[in-house]
Amino acid sequence: MSDVSITFDRVTKAFGAFRAVDEVSFALPRGALVTLLGPSGCGKTTTLRLVAGLELPTGGRIEIEGKDVTALAAAERKIAMVFQSYALFPHMNVLENVSYGLLVNGARKASAESEALAMLKTLGLDGLGQRLPSELSGGQQQRVAVARALVLRPKVLLFDEPLSNLDARLRRRVREDIRDLQKKLDLSVVYVTHDQQEALAVSDLVCVMRAGKIAQMGTPNALYEDPADAFIADFMGEANVIQGEVLGPNRIALGGIALDTVMRAHPPGAAQIAVRPESILLQPEGSPGLPGRIQRAAFLGQTREYEIQTPAGELFVVTPAASPAFAPGDAVSCAMQRVIPLRPAA
Amino acid sequence: MGALTLGRAALIGAAIGLLLAPWHGLENGALAAWPRGEASPLLALLLDGSRWWLWPVAALLAAVAPALLRGRAPGLLMMVAGAGIVAWIFLMGHAIGLNGLAWKGLAPLLGAPPPQPSLGWGALMVLAGGVALFSAGLAARGSFGADAFVSFLVCGSAFLLILFVFVPLVTILSAAIYEGDRFAPDALAARLTAPEAWSLACVTTHAGCGVVWNTLLLATLTGVISTLLGLGFALLAVRGNVRGAVAFRAMTILPLITPPFVVSLALIVLFGRTGIVTGFLWENFDIPRSRWIYGLPGVLLAQVLAQAPVAFMLLDGALRAISPSLEEAASTMGARRFKVFRSVTWPLLKPALAAAFLLGFVESLADFGNPLVLGGDFDVLSTRIFFAIAGARHDPGRAAALALLLLALTFGAFAFQAWWLGKRRYTTVTGKGDSGLPAPLPKGLKLGCSLVVWPWMAFTAVVYGIILVGGFVRDIGRGDMTFTWRHFLTGFEVEWHNGVDFRGSAWDSLFTTIEVAAIAAPLTAGLGILLAWLIARQSFKGRGTLEFMTMLSFAIPGTVVGVSYVMAFNVPPVELTGTALILIICFVFRNLPVGVRGGLAALAQIDKSLDEASATMGGGALSTLRRVVLPLLRPAIVASLAFSFVHAMTAVSAVIFLVSAQHNLATVYIVGRVEAGEMALAIAYSTVLIVIMLVVVLGIEKLVGRAQIGRRAATPTTMHAGA
Repeated sequence: MSDVSITFDRVTKAFGAFRAVDEVSFALPRGALVTLLGPSGCGKTTTLRLVAGLELPTGGRIEIEGKDVTALAAAERKIAMVFQSYALFPHMNVLENVSYGLLVNGARKASAESEALAMLKTLGLDGLGQRLPSELSGGQQQRVAVARALVLRPKVLLFDEPLSNLDARLRRRVREDIRDLQKKLDLSVVYVTHDQQEALAVSDLVCVMRAGKIAQMGTPNALYEDPADAFIADFMGEANVIQGEVLGPNRIALGGIALDTVMRAHPPGAAQIAVRPESILLQPEGSPGLPGRIQRAAFLGQTREYEIQTPAGELFVVTPAASPAFAPGDAVSCAMQRVIPLRPAA
Repeated sequence: MGALTLGRAALIGAAIGLLLAPWHGLENGALAAWPRGEASPLLALLLDGSRWWLWPVAALLAAVAPALLRGRAPGLLMMVAGAGIVAWIFLMGHAIGLNGLAWKGLAPLLGAPPPQPSLGWGALMVLAGGVALFSAGLAARGSFGADAFVSFLVCGSAFLLILFVFVPLVTILSAAIYEGDRFAPDALAARLTAPEAWSLACVTTHAGCGVVWNTLLLATLTGVISTLLGLGFALLAVRGNVRGAVAFRAMTILPLITPPFVVSLALIVLFGRTGIVTGFLWENFDIPRSRWIYGLPGVLLAQVLAQAPVAFMLLDGALRAISPSLEEAASTMGARRFKVFRSVTWPLLKPALAAAFLLGFVESLADFGNPLVLGGDFDVLSTRIFFAIAGARHDPGRAAALALLLLALTFGAFAFQAWWLGKRRYTTVTGKGDSGLPAPLPKGLKLGCSLVVWPWMAFTAVVYGIILVGGFVRDIGRGDMTFTWRHFLTGFEVEWHNGVDFRGSAWDSLFTTIEVAAIAAPLTAGLGILLAWLIARQSFKGRGTLEFMTMLSFAIPGTVVGVSYVMAFNVPPVELTGTALILIICFVFRNLPVGVRGGLAALAQIDKSLDEASATMGGGALSTLRRVVLPLLRPAIVASLAFSFVHAMTAVSAVIFLVSAQHNLATVYIVGRVEAGEMALAIAYSTVLIVIMLVVVLGIEKLVGRAQIGRRAATPTTMHAGA
């Protein structure tokens, strides 16, 4: 069996003149959790719906586990999806919701119910079978939606912003639960989110989309450390993007001042340089680095945030709370521990 | 459902229609001769050579059969065969009629074929098969998300809508443009501009004005007066701080369950030449008896009695929707009560006022019962159309032209409404939490409203009181108030010897009415909900057209529908006049838009992701519809059922053209009693109708409506934690 779960081959979905998904190609590995990440309107949800069969492409070819499903309706694709709103049927109780998919696929009522009960137990929902969805908490509803999808043993499980209806505390626990479950059952998962932290936390692979195209795809680490362009650098966590010059390996000039740093290979010459706020080390005036003056300072408990005026422009810096504090007006020196010279955006 | 499954089902259906079912005639009696004579299936007719021109139908069917039987679904072939079968049957049905060849131009090709009567069950099955084949072909070629079930629903409903909404309209147009058998656009022009319609004689002389002016005058007055009355009621109910609000709301049910002309009966009893009030005025004040009620005043009064509660309902809703905080904002800025009303409340009410006016206007245009009973010499378009068909001078061309005029007025009103509402939007833009107290009415306004509203309430009560009492007293028209069962006995006497014997004169029409209404209601509700689902949830080319065709029949006045059905379905290939079937079809397609609208509104409340969730779990369109959508739509289905049942029981305008001696309807029978002067019997029968409708509507609600709240209604739903 092939180890590719989903293949897109130059898939396009146009709504009139607007191309929501524009000649996208990729091959997602089996048993991996892949997130589709991007700002709203970038085509990530449309891509997910194309996988699900809720939209049919206007061009290109889609395969799931080696089978061409381009023209297949959602009902025939052997996928399952957890919706943003959960889409639990309000007129059915939890047990009926979870056994629904088995029943419409021709299972007998008794066997469907016993399978559904087993799945409810796996997800820690035992005893709630007779409740109506409206009688459950948000977290429970979410788990019922997952149970309803998993009970069908889908080839691919799709999540459409599954955490957006949960409060902040619950979000973290649920995303860990999803990750554990995915690993335990070795599921192929496609997961849509607009939250880069969430994407970094759960994914094997992140696929960043922009304007209907894939901007970059890679492991969370690669995207963070080695972004293809300024868009990715800024979208994957915060970054100061400043104009500078690459002088040689691990040597750059910012605001006319030559600095030593750590960086990926880049040909010498003028370039945009991205610097993560946490890779700038603040030291008292006089230390090696880019001189600057504190404009604004804020204490956030775990970290401190600064805005610093430098010859290279304004920099945003985050330091651990344990590091020495500076006050607005203080003169400091900014050492660039690590920078990312950017290739020009395609 | 896959294209192959549908294709095979279509093949089987069409084959049975072709080989076994009688090709001609829908009448039950003819079945006795099967499979010979009048009840022969097409196969027999083809073999004995009497329908040789229908061989292509069999040939097309044979062309797709091999592929389907071998398990392939050839898209293009199925489409061509399906469309070909349907087109050919209708083409030949029109070309060769009851008198042999109807399209004389085809004589060189067809010779002198024998007469061809109307299509029957066999033809129906083959046609259904043709439509299904066509849909399967479309689905096989990837339309409708490759779902043959959806494809079939869309094509099937489009076929029905074309046949029963669009074709009658075209027929009426062609009837207006033909003089006998001669194509005569000049005749149409003459009919459309005839002085009968447009004369302004009444302005200068005592002669009557043109019927178009009469209609417009009546409709405008009805619209204005009922809107103003409705506004008065709404202001008092919402802002007036009066106790009567409950009574106002109860009053709004009355016009829904009253046959439209029943109010006229009460008015005659009150104000006719021998009426109660007339008599009282004559005896006490020497005011001479006159026939003033027959004409514009009477019809207007009757229409306003029916429309004012509807206007109230609309304006009541609109007035409640105006957020009190807007008025409070105005008053904090220093506006006094009357200023607040004039500068804030009134402008926000304008769209609702326009809607109420237009509804009254359109209803008045379409009203037929009241002008028929009370019109006297004051003719409006709807009655004039009726007499052009049913009167001494049968002139279908003239009826058709008048119907076109009425249609133009109605469409004009709807177009105006669409334009007007599109132009300005007074949605109150609000965030959350509309608290605040509605501003009380300015004193003068409240007094003015009260002075109009309470007498009108009293008048309404008297009118409906007459209907309530009239059936039970000897002769309410002459003030003889002795209690009697006589009228009910005349209508509804039952005798027992050797079983039940329904001797009363009204039983036949009552049974037909209930039967027709009971068959039409579920069909209307079912088709309406299906169409709503297709329109709201499926995306396909031509969806807008389908929606337009559904809503079209809403805008066509009943009289026009009646005339067009008589003209379209009186001769083969589709001959339905005189059957109960045409009554059912008429009701289904007339009431369909309300079912569709109800369904659309309900579907808008149901998140689309529920459908999609079902689809991702392997539920096809059919299972999704059955297990998810329909259970959630239950309230809309109940409403639609109740509405179509009640409307089928109370309608008169369209069906008065379509009833026959064998299949008479209650309303038409009552109109007949009125014309014969049997007022008390008419009132008694109306009372029976009202009671039946109440029982059925409440019964439907009890049976179906309650179940929806469900088995867990008792459990408190307090656990909304999280999220």
